[in-house]
Amino acid sequence: MGFLKKIFGARAAVQQLPTGTITVDRHGHIVTSTVSSGFPKALLQGIGRDVLELFREARVAQMPLAEVSLHFGSLRITARELRGGAIIFLFPQTALLPTPTPPRL
Amino acid sequence: MDTRHKILILDDDTDWLALCRELFAALPSHPEILTANNAKRALALIETEPVRLLVCDLKMPRIDGLQMLAIVRRRFPELRTIVLSGLEDEDYRARAYALGVDLFWLKTEMQRNSKLFAECLESLLGRDNEPGFRGIQSKSLMDIIQMECLSRTSTVLRITRGALVAKLWIQDGELIDAEADGARGEPAFQRLLAWKSGTFENLPPEPDRERTIQKPVNALLLESAQTLDETANPSTEPASIESASHRKTMWKLAQLTREGAEFVIVVPPPGQGEPEALGTQHFTAYAGWAQRAAEIASCLGDRLEAGPLSHIAGQNLERQVLLLPQGDRTFMVGWPTDAEGNLPDKSRKLVASWDS
Repeated sequence: MGFLKKIFGARAAVQQLPTGTITVDRHGHIVTSTVSSGFPKALLQGIGRDVLELFREARVAQMPLAEVSLHFGSLRITARELRGGAIIFLFPQTALLPTPTPPRL
Repeated sequence: MDTRHKILILDDDTDWLALCRELFAALPSHPEILTANNAKRALALIETEPVRLLVCDLKMPRIDGLQMLAIVRRRFPELRTIVLSGLEDEDYRARAYALGVDLFWLKTEMQRNSKLFAECLESLLGRDNEPGFRGIQSKSLMDIIQMECLSRTSTVLRITRGALVAKLWIQDGELIDAEADGARGEPAFQRLLAWKSGTFENLPPEPDRERTIQKPVNALLLESAQTLDETANPSTEPASIESASHRKTMWKLAQLTREGAEFVIVVPPPGQGEPEALGTQHFTAYAGWAQRAAEIASCLGDRLEAGPLSHIAGQNLERQVLLLPQGDRTFMVGWPTDAEGNLPDKSRKLVASWDS
């Protein structure tokens, strides 16, 4: 069994989009997460770092933001500033279905 | 023998199918209405029945509307198609037209304007006896207008560019009215001709439309071409340059005020000039953030394989900001916190008219 894999090698994995919520502290470390454990942790930490940098750069520009949303073709990332850290909501834009929106500030 | 046209309505919402059946059956030509609640059944009906017109929804399970339209275009090229969707997204409109659909209507628009929609249906049903060719073409707006006028047709041309919508009323080959960007008549026509790209569709004529344009269309086209030429190759006289620049700034300011936005900043790619701004004095710092945010988001999107960046929205207690990547530039639009409506769409509209 599995001889085909030996001949052709393992099939390239398709990267799943993350869904769930993470919180990161002011240093970008993940504190809590409801994202599937199958999703690469390094990528999740990358999201946290980038979001914190967006907030930091906004403060430098004299425009401190309380919330920021990044809308990609197949994913929406909504982050709220949380005492230097952030709570980050990840919503894949599946097919044509609308995605939930967190309540307004 | 029943010679009535057959219309097939495809939608997964059975209540909506019943409503459409009732509405379409009341058309003056009394077409026969067939319905299907999934693409598989619709394809089976098209294969067995001489369907003239397919009215298709976009948001459906399994095979969605765009997939269905692609199949239909390939297998049944003679079939007329209308998209009737609840999705108010210009991307879907553009994608549907790229697939060669005859008309794209929003469900809400159809309910508001059912008379015009019924006329469109009748017009499409009646066209099968008319000789001529059909297909997807990419022509300049001037060419399209000249073609319509030379063939002495009566029609309403609806032209869409992103969130902007304009209309031209042509009666017996004469341009009688235009609406674009909040203007009407000749100014609207001039603004419309400055649009660089877009999609167009033919709506049924409105012979009772009040005439606001008296000049012949060729004279208007010539004037517009001269104006565009002067804009592209501006005069080198200082007074003339100053005056043109002032007019342009005033026009942009008027756009900003009309939409209710606080400011707009146009951020060029790094090392390619200075940011351009209207409505704020802090534009250097904001533009720096906009550039950095667009870079961060672009890298993040690539890493996550999340598709192209549509926009970035941010807010605090003072204002909301929208970042829109447009080609190699980034537009940043500031809105008050109490601004209502769909801000990404409103920002796109502002940017599209700003960029025209």
